[in-house]
Amino acid sequence: MTILDTIVQGVLLGGLYALFAAGLSLVFGIMRLVNLAHGDLIVLAAFLILVLVNGLGLNPFLAVLIVMPLMFIAGYALQAVLLNRTLGKDVLPPLLVTFGLSIVLQNALLEGFSADSRRISAGALETASINLGAVTIGLMPLMAFLSAVAVIVGLNLLIYRTALGRAFRATSDDPVTAGLMGIRPRQVFAVATGLAMAVVAIAALYLGTRANFDPTAGPARLIYAFEAVIIGGLGSLWGTLAGGVILGVAQTLGAAVNPEWQILSGHLAFLAVLLIRPRGLFPRAVD
Amino acid sequence: MTIAIPSLKVETRTRASSVSRLIALAVLALGLAAPFLVSRGAVQDLFFILTMLVLAQSWNLLAGYAGLISVGQQVFVGFGAYAMFGAVILFGIDPIPAILIAGVLSALLAIPTAFFTFRLYGPYFAIGTWVVAEVVRLLLAQWKTLGGGTGTSLPREAVRDMAGVGLLRDLFGMKPAQASDAITYWLALILAAATIGFIYRLLRSKQGLGLAAVRDNEQAARAVGVDARRMKAMVYLATAFMTGLAGALIYVQKARISPDAAFSVTDWTAYVIFIVVIGGIGTIEGPILGVILFFLLQNLLADYGSWYLLMLGLAGILTMLFAPRGLWGAFSDRTGIQLFPVRRTLVGGPSVHQGGSSHG
Repeated sequence: MTILDTIVQGVLLGGLYALFAAGLSLVFGIMRLVNLAHGDLIVLAAFLILVLVNGLGLNPFLAVLIVMPLMFIAGYALQAVLLNRTLGKDVLPPLLVTFGLSIVLQNALLEGFSADSRRISAGALETASINLGAVTIGLMPLMAFLSAVAVIVGLNLLIYRTALGRAFRATSDDPVTAGLMGIRPRQVFAVATGLAMAVVAIAALYLGTRANFDPTAGPARLIYAFEAVIIGGLGSLWGTLAGGVILGVAQTLGAAVNPEWQILSGHLAFLAVLLIRPRGLFPRAVD
Repeated sequence: MTIAIPSLKVETRTRASSVSRLIALAVLALGLAAPFLVSRGAVQDLFFILTMLVLAQSWNLLAGYAGLISVGQQVFVGFGAYAMFGAVILFGIDPIPAILIAGVLSALLAIPTAFFTFRLYGPYFAIGTWVVAEVVRLLLAQWKTLGGGTGTSLPREAVRDMAGVGLLRDLFGMKPAQASDAITYWLALILAAATIGFIYRLLRSKQGLGLAAVRDNEQAARAVGVDARRMKAMVYLATAFMTGLAGALIYVQKARISPDAAFSVTDWTAYVIFIVVIGGIGTIEGPILGVILFFLLQNLLADYGSWYLLMLGLAGILTMLFAPRGLWGAFSDRTGIQLFPVRRTLVGGPSVHQGGSSHG
């Protein structure tokens, strides 16, 4: 395996991490909330897709189209019923409630699906690849990367070009004044979390087809998502993609040296960025 | 002082706290005698309760008083445990001084970790501490002398010949296993008492007042000259020391270590958070109540596996939503009873006002 190939695989892996991170980044940007159950929600969505694929024999890409609205509703309800109650000046309640939710989800999935590791079968697509001479690109990793780009383009269009996006930005800047202008911040928050969960469903498809997952796989996904957001800088979705790519490349380079170092080298890259540029590489938000 | 007003004094003591001081001393005395009064299994249960109490009090100080919400305190449990193992296996040090060394090394580890995590704002600090814990776990899993990823055991003779085991055998005819359980239990009792004593003293001191001010309004606290950053860093170091000691002590008793167990988020952070949240965050009584409840629940629901953790998580969420100051907070608000009062009251003046706001 050449260095170039390793880097290309890392970039594609970074697309997956950006998909993990996009929802986290969106929610934090709008309501300064960090959802510690984000990774477990990705795993939940992966299990939903798995049930549709194995139970009804659906194509995984069709299954994700069904799971996306389901996850949107789940996210909307989660925010409206649970998380909106925790928002305030104090960062403690949202963190502890989402931490509790993470433990609840993990153990509910353990009860429902046992601790066995599963995989979503994507048929012939799984092994399909494009040969470019020195580099061979797997079709699924490439689609994950392109999906990440599409999600970020879509979210940016939504945020900067639509009335809903204007409401997002206004609520993010000043919920009280936004409220005076006829926006209902709580509803805006619920829509934002719903959207984040729809993105989570896309991330879950590529998580589940790329490798095995089990009910305890959530926290590691949360950490990768978080690292991508911080490396990229808060408030910038393109930054998050760059952060994901840096994390992915660091991991594949580490794994090329010694397979045991894959995860560790990703973490070290994150710490290095934190050391040199504490606000990330492409920061936009003030805090 | 130029004007003396001898009749006025600022105090934190209340009638309940004077009583609770007596009760605390009685409990401590009874606790010291426990290995002679109850079975070995009960001593092990008490050891578990006391070490979880130390972890809970440390996390409570960090999150409830200093506002530093960490989900990565398992780093100090695991690192303390590994430091103790290293001292015993590599240098042949007796486990008991090795525990102290582990505490000191954990506090030292807190310096570089604080350097990284303190750069992250509020909620991101929480995940940052988790990443640091993962990094330390993955690094220690590379250390082949201490068993790498699969872990290792303490040499049998290290625990059997631990300081004090011979003495207990000669004095009371205890078997080595029984004696080492008694010794680790006493150390846990001393550590728990010292932790609570330290936190109580800290909260009643000038620094404690500064800490409360920072928690309630950081900007206002800074404006009156409280160095918030330094204060938080000191609390972070102190809790790293206490957590490291507890981690080393737990693993002297377990005598077997692996990176996944020693850095377990569930065992050393999730349980601890639920103990504190359900018992009552931001109070000293809360974690004590929480750890007792936790122990009872664990024994009642031990057969239900993941349902147990699921319910614990739900209980934590419901507590946070509907009784954010936990069971003790709800009890204390209703009755006004505080066993470890830290609120300052003015006594000796013409009108003594008791009660009022619930902040310490």
